Amino acid sequence: MGQSRTDRFIAIAMIAPSIILIAIFVYGFIGWTGWTSLTDSNALQQLQRLPANNVGLTNYGNLFAGQLDNRFRVDIVNTVFFTGLFVLVCLGLGMLLAILLDQKIKGEGIFRTIFLFPMALSFVVTGVVWKWLFNPGAGINVLPTAIGLPAGTFRWFISEDRILEFVWRDLPIIAAVLIGLFVILPALYYVVTRRSRVGGIILIVGVILNAWLLLGAAPALAGRSYLGQERHGFNLALLAVVLAAGWQMSGYTMAMYLAGLRGISEELREAARVDGCSEIGVYRRIVFPLLAPITLSAIIILGHISLKIFDLVYVMGGGDNLKIDMPGLNMFFETFRGQNFGRGAAIAMVMLVMVAVVIVPYLISNFRSEATRR
Amino acid sequence: MTTRSVPLNTTQPRTSSIQWQRMLSTGAIYLTLILAALIFLLPVYMVLMTGFKSPDEVNISTMWALPRSLSLESFRQAFDELRTGLGNSFALVIPATAISAVLGSINGYVLSKWKFPGANIIFPLMLFGMFIPYQAILIPLVQFLRDIDLYNSLAGLILCHVVYGLPITTLIFRNYYTEVPDEMLEAGAIDGAGFFGLYWWIVLPISLPGFVVVIIWQFTQIWNEFLFGVTIAGQAAPTVTVALQNLSGSQIVQWNVQMAAAFLAAIPTLIVYILLGRYFIRGLLAGSVKG
Repeated sequence: MGQSRTDRFIAIAMIAPSIILIAIFVYGFIGWTGWTSLTDSNALQQLQRLPANNVGLTNYGNLFAGQLDNRFRVDIVNTVFFTGLFVLVCLGLGMLLAILLDQKIKGEGIFRTIFLFPMALSFVVTGVVWKWLFNPGAGINVLPTAIGLPAGTFRWFISEDRILEFVWRDLPIIAAVLIGLFVILPALYYVVTRRSRVGGIILIVGVILNAWLLLGAAPALAGRSYLGQERHGFNLALLAVVLAAGWQMSGYTMAMYLAGLRGISEELREAARVDGCSEIGVYRRIVFPLLAPITLSAIIILGHISLKIFDLVYVMGGGDNLKIDMPGLNMFFETFRGQNFGRGAAIAMVMLVMVAVVIVPYLISNFRSEATRR
Repeated sequence: MTTRSVPLNTTQPRTSSIQWQRMLSTGAIYLTLILAALIFLLPVYMVLMTGFKSPDEVNISTMWALPRSLSLESFRQAFDELRTGLGNSFALVIPATAISAVLGSINGYVLSKWKFPGANIIFPLMLFGMFIPYQAILIPLVQFLRDIDLYNSLAGLILCHVVYGLPITTLIFRNYYTEVPDEMLEAGAIDGAGFFGLYWWIVLPISLPGFVVVIIWQFTQIWNEFLFGVTIAGQAAPTVTVALQNLSGSQIVQWNVQMAAAFLAAIPTLIVYILLGRYFIRGLLAGSVKG
């Protein structure tokens, strides 16, 4: 395109304000938060106009192994279980609904509208409504009595039950074993059999991570005798949050899968049928492999949403119910109620790292594939 | 197409058994879909039934029963409680959506048609801004807004939503304009149009669908947002989500009023979704499928 120099200059000048805003409000502020997380900054100091003291990584150390901060460790464990289950529910339900809607259904539009409408709602609305549906003495629990069945007894988001318990100090070893089984071994297999480069990168990252877990984290935690037998596990109360969030977000995966299914040409499926594929075979051999990239996108998008979930648990738990507490909530209360900016900033940075681990490779691969397509 | 598997000398019983199977599986599909739809609508049923009951009829044990008579009392009370929040949200969402749509359109135009050195690095760096947990910028943000005297005000909240809305609005417009053939702009350039001329005469007139997607997206996002609302303008100018949460957290407000309030808070985005769902879905997918 023949573009004059003046026009090129105007173009850059027009986008410059946005770039500067993002540079300050995203990257500048992240840097500021990162710096705050290395201090003991709090409201008292600010009132007295005292400078905050640099405390190095103390805040982070306390989050993971401090004597009095067991709340953050509850949060991290909750986040992991919640994320895993929430993503599974959304993928399963979304895929099922999309496949059913793809069968040339009458009234497809109506069904689609119904499955997707919760996406238009606020997490606050969802939380307010489901809090009542999960009220142990009402809602879902009394629904069976409408047809003469006994009422449910599960106490949903205030349930005290916990399964899959483990001792916090064992976590590095448990994590190392899991990484070994589900990351290092598969990666090794791909490197040996297919000479995969990505597999090689994953293998190296996994080995470094495991070395740190076993040689750094495990002995460090073992030394903290006061942690004693501090136990964590999967709080069943989280099931209530998973169902509410799944109700809200399954339509999203359905829409993604449906868009993917519509992109698979009928000729391709027909060709497979002519070759003797059964209807299930068509899905197994053609449809599912072609939907795999969508599944990956959905895992990343849903995963990063659940890692930073805030509104829903704020409304359902109000910050007091540690059974469904999450880092985002903890950060909010630590910072704006407890006025401990240093600790709040440290929680925020951990959240940022968790999200970045998921999102950054996704963005890079997206833009790399876009560049090669051009 | 099932004809393929049917032998040429079809006998009557064979065909009918296949037809039976088809009817059975079609039936199962519809049954599953209807069941799923009912489950998805269950909360809506509960909210409306509770909302329409008169206050003395509201009882947890008969929560699922139909109301004996229709009463608007709960909705009236809920509206009184939410009035300020609804007003604040409209006063927030309209300017914030308009400004971020305009900025997104210009950014998208520059990024898709005026390639400049470094754009391929700057754009992903911009996009990262829409994925971050906002907790990671919240402490400096509050401090900064205090310093420029916008803390605890709608203006401050508008600023936040405009800035943190830049990545998604830019992304949607950039992808939209990438589809516009460069030849169209080249023709305009030959006629002597510059940066603004090309935008005004060629790009803007075909931008309507892009604007609809972005406006719907930003409207829904900002209306539904809670974290910025509660931290930045929570006391002085509570948005509708903050007002609703305050209502639900209070011990004195009856739950039928809470349900009615939840419904009222959801109406604006629901209307947009029902009327313009197609564009809503496009915005939804834009955030995940790029290029």
